[in-house]
Amino acid sequence: MSFNPEGVTRRSFLGMVGAVAGAAAMYSAMSTMGFAAQSNWRGRLNLQGAPDNTNILILGAGLAGMTAAFELRNAGYNVKILEYRDKAGGRCWTLRGGDSYTELGGFTQHIDFAEGNYLNPGPWRIPSDHFAVLDYCKRFGVKLEPFIQVNYNAYLHDSEAFDGQPQRFKEVATDFRGHVAELLAKVVDQTGLDQAVSADDAEKLVAALKRYGALNDNLDYVTGSESSTFRGWSHPEGGGVDGKPEPSPVNSLSDILNSSLWRNLTAGDNLHMQSTIFQPVGGMDMIAKGFEEQVGELITYNAKVTRISHEGDQVSASWVSADGGSDEQTETADYCICTLPFSVLSQIDHDFSPRMSKIIDSMPYASAFKAGIEFKRRFWEEDEHIYGGISYTNLPITLISYPPNDMFSDGPGVLLAAYPWGAYSYQFNALSPDERLAKVMEYGSQIHSQYYDEFKTGASVAWHRVPWTLGCYGLWQDRDADYQDATAMDGRTLMAGEHISYLPAWMEGAVLSALDAVERLHTTITEA
Amino acid sequence: MKILITSIAALALSMSALAQESSIDTSTWFDDPSTLTQTDGASIYAGVCAGCHMPNGQGAQGAGDYPALTNNSSLMATAYPISLIVHGHKAMPALGGLLDDKQVASVVNFIRTNFGNDYADNPASAELVNSMR
Repeated sequence: MSFNPEGVTRRSFLGMVGAVAGAAAMYSAMSTMGFAAQSNWRGRLNLQGAPDNTNILILGAGLAGMTAAFELRNAGYNVKILEYRDKAGGRCWTLRGGDSYTELGGFTQHIDFAEGNYLNPGPWRIPSDHFAVLDYCKRFGVKLEPFIQVNYNAYLHDSEAFDGQPQRFKEVATDFRGHVAELLAKVVDQTGLDQAVSADDAEKLVAALKRYGALNDNLDYVTGSESSTFRGWSHPEGGGVDGKPEPSPVNSLSDILNSSLWRNLTAGDNLHMQSTIFQPVGGMDMIAKGFEEQVGELITYNAKVTRISHEGDQVSASWVSADGGSDEQTETADYCICTLPFSVLSQIDHDFSPRMSKIIDSMPYASAFKAGIEFKRRFWEEDEHIYGGISYTNLPITLISYPPNDMFSDGPGVLLAAYPWGAYSYQFNALSPDERLAKVMEYGSQIHSQYYDEFKTGASVAWHRVPWTLGCYGLWQDRDADYQDATAMDGRTLMAGEHISYLPAWMEGAVLSALDAVERLHTTITEA
Repeated sequence: MKILITSIAALALSMSALAQESSIDTSTWFDDPSTLTQTDGASIYAGVCAGCHMPNGQGAQGAGDYPALTNNSSLMATAYPISLIVHGHKAMPALGGLLDDKQVASVVNFIRTNFGNDYADNPASAELVNSMR
């Protein structure tokens, strides 16, 4: 294992700066998930009047499949689900101590986290505008707690800026805002914007910018009590003889701009990251378990679908045991809701239309990587006063997220220690679990020097090696052209899942697509 | 620094109980957020392809499969792996943005002459890759 105290090389930094378009494209791709419109949930379904003896076959017991099963069963349909794994939930998944996870290639990790600790390899946050998921949590008694997205005391880090020292979010945020406010306030104050701003408005704008940017009476953003009230003091406010604070020195605008740290200032302003957002108490799969309690009896586990075929008024799915059996069994139904990821469906023998087949074959699944590392103590809280939230870095780990639960507890805690997409994630995918952890430790220790002393254990998930999805979420090649056709009934089958939504990779997208499929299917059946 | 190295060694030791294969040299990896920077075919294979097709080209089987590249007669035609790598197909993502023409050619030539494949004839070139983008 090598150790590179300088982090990424100068060459790579210049490459990044030179390739602004590439980096920008990546950031844009990463935030695509967040820029979609909010949920179009229209309230609870209350489907009535399923014709007697109408059989619906559902492929996949992830959130989409279980949502469909729950609603259709409640409407009076006979529902069966085929699921490849030995448990339900799909990507709504949590790894805890005592779990074993074998990824493609046969690499097995025996998770050794302490009681109560976990890693959510897939979804980990629930936005407050994801109404459908939140409503099912409420109905199924899944306890939620706040997830902390923005922590002003967490870090922004770039290995080429500020001598590689992580900077507190509050310092960078205050400095950036202050300098920008100063520039604008002075332009306005000197009537430089006569064309754009009326005299009345200009006066108010200057007052607003002075407050917004923590400027002094001269409209300067400088070291002083105004700026330190937001960015923190070099000698803190206190009591007794030593109580008087000393202002902290502000960074120059040039230093802030050249640090690139401004890139992540708005991460928490994204529609789906805006406070308040949530996580289930105890791990994301508490949602899966909530659904499973409702529809678990409908699920056939360990069923690997091998063929989907339509004949007359029937649709059939053949399957074999997922652990290698060769005896093929067949389920036949009147209709099918297929939630299998297209990365998997494209490899299953089927008789969907050429148009649907082409769409299925054109959707690979994204690469993403997550690592959770358990440390002997919560040093980020005890030493650095970071309580929840996320630190961002230009290192290949991309971010470190601190657990928003069990704060101030003694004993081990788990950090989400890496969550890259794109080129970095591909390279983590290609390593063995041990090699990945070694790299995550190497990078993370550049932000938290306690890493090696406090290391206890770790786990990681490379989404391209997840046996039941072959990737993280569906990548449309031409969504505008193909999306509507993918939602259409093909034979007697409707597709559902996060890929059949404009909220890709979100649980809400999976649930909404299932609700929409269920409603349309019910209409088709009852109006036939 | 010395303390750090000692603790790295301790970590390596504590993790070796789980070790499933020997460490590989990743010193040229993780050098750019949006592209692979490895240049020779073997390193490109190890840095991206091995994620799915596995370090020895044996592929993998789950709910869907990653095809084995070992003794794979589909690699006989040079254009086939180039097209798959650049444009993707089914579960295979397009890697044309991650790899430049030269890198695609290098890794195509690597898989066509390794893992039991003996297709040294008609090697891929950056020009050929470029013409297929």
